[in-house]
Amino acid sequence: MAVYKRTYAAYEGSLTPAWSRFLILPRYSFARLWQSRFLVMFFMACFFYPLGCVGYIYLANNLSVLSSFGVPAGNFIKVEPSLFLYFCWVQAAFTYLLTAFVGPSLVSPDLVNGAMPLYFCRPFSRAEYIAGKMSVLVFLLSLVTWAPGLILFTIQASLAGWEWTKANLWIAGSLFIGLMVWILMLSLLALALSAWVKWKIAAGGLLLGVFFAGAGFGTALNSVMRTSYGSLLNLTEVMFTIWSKLFSWPSDTGISLEASWICVAVVCAVCLWLLVRRVRAFEVVK
Amino acid sequence: MDPVIELAGLSVRFGNRDILHNLRVALSGRTIGLLGPNGAGKSTLIQTLLGFVPLSAGSANIFGHDIRQQTRELRALIGYMPENDSFIANMTAVSFVRMMGELAGLPHDAALERAHEVLFYVGLGEARYRLLGTYSLGMKQLAKLAQAIVHGPRLLILDEPTNGLDPPARLRMIRLIKEMKQTGSMHIVVCSHLLRDVEETCEEVLILKQGRIVHHANLEEERRANKRFVELETVGDEKDFAGALTALGCECVGTGLGRVKMVLPVEFELREIYRLAAERDLQLRRLNYRRDTLEDIFLKAMEA
Repeated sequence: MAVYKRTYAAYEGSLTPAWSRFLILPRYSFARLWQSRFLVMFFMACFFYPLGCVGYIYLANNLSVLSSFGVPAGNFIKVEPSLFLYFCWVQAAFTYLLTAFVGPSLVSPDLVNGAMPLYFCRPFSRAEYIAGKMSVLVFLLSLVTWAPGLILFTIQASLAGWEWTKANLWIAGSLFIGLMVWILMLSLLALALSAWVKWKIAAGGLLLGVFFAGAGFGTALNSVMRTSYGSLLNLTEVMFTIWSKLFSWPSDTGISLEASWICVAVVCAVCLWLLVRRVRAFEVVK
Repeated sequence: MDPVIELAGLSVRFGNRDILHNLRVALSGRTIGLLGPNGAGKSTLIQTLLGFVPLSAGSANIFGHDIRQQTRELRALIGYMPENDSFIANMTAVSFVRMMGELAGLPHDAALERAHEVLFYVGLGEARYRLLGTYSLGMKQLAKLAQAIVHGPRLLILDEPTNGLDPPARLRMIRLIKEMKQTGSMHIVVCSHLLRDVEETCEEVLILKQGRIVHHANLEEERRANKRFVELETVGDEKDFAGALTALGCECVGTGLGRVKMVLPVEFELREIYRLAAERDLQLRRLNYRRDTLEDIFLKAMEA
């Protein structure tokens, strides 16, 4: 239909494949997110530490550079699995703040403005909606966590040679698995809170609160009950336990690896359940 | 004509409460009005047809597709304009409509083109780059209509399309519905409690009351049938006049004081009445068609 005619005509062209439609949501979400200067600046700040790591890896593999500046290199500067574990901690902290900023703006505006029926009256399911919204966080957080982590690993592998790579290939797997689990848990938590708390600022605050309040409550439970299972309420410690095992690093959290995995699975399942309950075309008013 | 919507014993239950009870009807009009008082189950019926609400019994088909088995295929054929505010506040109208088009399966370039076109069509062309959050209520209604037609649906469901509109905006909405009915190939369901809107736009009407169908009528047929009921007010010998009309096939009843009520046969031309009156030097003071308005139909249905 031509604009000048201004009469209604049906669309008769081709359609996109149904499987690809969940990718429409992240495209529009990113277009909106990048309009925020604060987010762009914070996103850039997330790469400072990986850049520092690149410098560290370069120097560790080129000690002569330090010597040429008159700095005694010694043995203290070397690339070990702990470097990648520290990388996980630091980047996880950045992703935590990034999620608190981005997560609440994903689902709550749709609920506040009653947009859900518009999504679901089309050939677009609730699973696709959740997958689409979640992919925004998964993609964004992946860019600042395991993606630069694997680049660091590749740089180190290229500088240290095949022997080092063969012996430490497991680090790449640990980086990917450890950070992906963190990203999935954080994304689901952010989406669930965004779906239940319609006010964006409150949802962001609540995401921070879940971690801080959980840590505080867990510590109190440990002290009162003289147990270590209270640490399961502290999601930071739960993730630390998993990462420590993945990077063969001693963990002093007092909780077992199995308990930590179960805790992560339970948190993810509860968040999914909350999301499925909330993300629907209409609200049942009792 | 193949039915557009076919309900076969459709029932919906929320908890222990029957919301829709054993609805059986086949609707095939180009524009179908869904009427009923508040709480009659109109919106629930629409939500059921869209697959939002599960059926507790019976079945329903739209264009021959079962709403339970082929929900996804059906949703590709339907455009829905919800009753309540439904939009994304921090998006421009053109982005919003484009996104909705893409979600319906349009490629992004085609969706952008269609978004511009439908926004011009509904009258939001000049405001299409404004954020939806800044729109007035009437503009939001038009934006909702634009997103409902962007993908060229075969069935357009409008839930209270004139809700909260001022008279000019209401007229504009009614005109758009009429235009789409005439120029497009789509069927339109108008759900409203405003009888005038339905009367102006629909040719078939379904009236619900407490979750049950209380009346189903083809307004076009009723209008045609009403044209055959004529009431005359005369001065002169109306008995002879009525006899002459009866001889031409009319069913006439004299009600006294020069008044004659009659049912005209098919193919009867009104000029015959004037000719017979002129031949008998009878004065025709008034000629009325029976006007059984939708309001009459609705009130009768509510009393039933």
